[in-house]
Amino acid sequence: MGDFFRVLTDNHQVFLDGFTNTVQLFLIAAVGSLVLGTLLGAMRVSPVPALRAFGATYVNVVRNTPLTLVFAFLVFAVPKLDVNIDYFPSAFIALTVYTSAFVCEVVRSGVNTVATGQAEAARALGMTFGQVLTLIVLPQALRAMVPPMMSVFIAMLKNTTIAAGFSVLEAGAIPAYMAERGEPQMVVLSWIVIGFLILIIPLVVLQRFLERKWAVAR
Amino acid sequence: MRYKRVAAVAMMASLALSAAACGKEGNPTPSGGNASGGAQSDTCKSSGVTFTPKTDANVAGSPTFQKIKSAGKVTIGVKFDQPNLGYKDAQGNRCGFDVEIAQYVASTLGVDPAKIEYKEIASANRETAIKGGEIDYYVGTYSITDKRKNDVSFAGPYFVAGQDLLVRKDESSITGKDTLKGKKVCSATGSTPIQRVRDEGLTEPNNIVEFKTYSECVSQLLDKKVDAVTTDDAILKGYAAQNSDELKVVGQPFSTEKYGIGLPKDDKAFRDYVNDQIEAAFKDGTWQKIYDGTLGKSGSSATPPQLERY
Repeated sequence: MGDFFRVLTDNHQVFLDGFTNTVQLFLIAAVGSLVLGTLLGAMRVSPVPALRAFGATYVNVVRNTPLTLVFAFLVFAVPKLDVNIDYFPSAFIALTVYTSAFVCEVVRSGVNTVATGQAEAARALGMTFGQVLTLIVLPQALRAMVPPMMSVFIAMLKNTTIAAGFSVLEAGAIPAYMAERGEPQMVVLSWIVIGFLILIIPLVVLQRFLERKWAVAR
Repeated sequence: MRYKRVAAVAMMASLALSAAACGKEGNPTPSGGNASGGAQSDTCKSSGVTFTPKTDANVAGSPTFQKIKSAGKVTIGVKFDQPNLGYKDAQGNRCGFDVEIAQYVASTLGVDPAKIEYKEIASANRETAIKGGEIDYYVGTYSITDKRKNDVSFAGPYFVAGQDLLVRKDESSITGKDTLKGKKVCSATGSTPIQRVRDEGLTEPNNIVEFKTYSECVSQLLDKKVDAVTTDDAILKGYAAQNSDELKVVGQPFSTEKYGIGLPKDDKAFRDYVNDQIEAAFKDGTWQKIYDGTLGKSGSSATPPQLERY
């Protein structure tokens, strides 16, 4: 048991640096993928066929590509084209590009929960596509989107650990450091699990809060 | 109906796109990328030394030797991703300095090198593999430390390495560990060399680059995304030998790593025997021939180290 706490106190700097980077990466990529994903979702439900096709293509390509491959593409293939992106931005781009595809599908399925009659009625009143989406459909769709959206973000929080393989020192890199310092892996990994639980709890609380806030009697 | 057609087209387009992406990405470059088409071969070349098994090999009172003798083969733990050191090529051939040292030791135990069973053991699992009897001995950049001596025994050292720097051939501003400020330095995630760079502040923290393998670092070096790769010079020399037109080792080591052969603990008879054989290879020039035919191709020379028996 003494070992359990000693591992953390002896190496607190590595743990702190690691999880700080994880949180940073998560927050930036969450905002990025929320924006890009919503945009793509809007494309997929838009009346313009070209936009719909683009949205569908994006989702099908990106969602079927392993995230590690997206990272590898940015870090190993793009430099061959003489484009130099630093490692942290690369990680942010990879996570955003990848997660957006999932956010897009959550947005689309949320929109699909709103009865067609609602949009038709709005159009009958002379609203534009933008107005229909922002005033009528999205506010109702948001309710249905909260639980799957949180699942997507929790998955992304854990996906950040892939960045450790691509030169971003975050939580996923901690085991390598600890192994080299001869610390017991069982304890190290347990602490990382605890760290992620601590990070995920606020997301779960946020989900509950939003669900309650937007709940309506049906 | 129309929507369906659009969906089908999109599907096909995405399939074509992802297939194209795969073609680009799936191209394996285990040697660390062929950036500017530099001459490098992925196929194994031995140093040309042949190892004939000793017919009258015997180690009195060694359980390890008894095990090898009754099995008629030897199981050796090695690395497989270090060119000219411990490497396995696309055809499955193994080569490199460590591999040939392992083959030499096997031949002195009376085992035909063709009858060696190799096991690829990651650094973190070496002690467990030796303690559990999964392998008879381990040869693969295994530094002798007092901490490890609690779990395993070491014969050797058969090579003394030190942390050094691998740079591009046209690099003139990096001449040693004190010239790294402002330069991007790459090594394996969390490895001792990169922890040393971090702890001693040899470069700024945001210039430290970490990948899972050294070959990824070398790829980044060839692509000019990093300025130096740091780890034991033995490993770096292997990459320099592979890309001798593009890379060089600086040659100012700033640590000492004594590579030993990892053996089961407390089999002193076996350890003494292996030490005798290493000493013999030092004296009769076998060691030098192996070195010159593998790591020596990087352009830097080396001499046999002093054995440390215990």
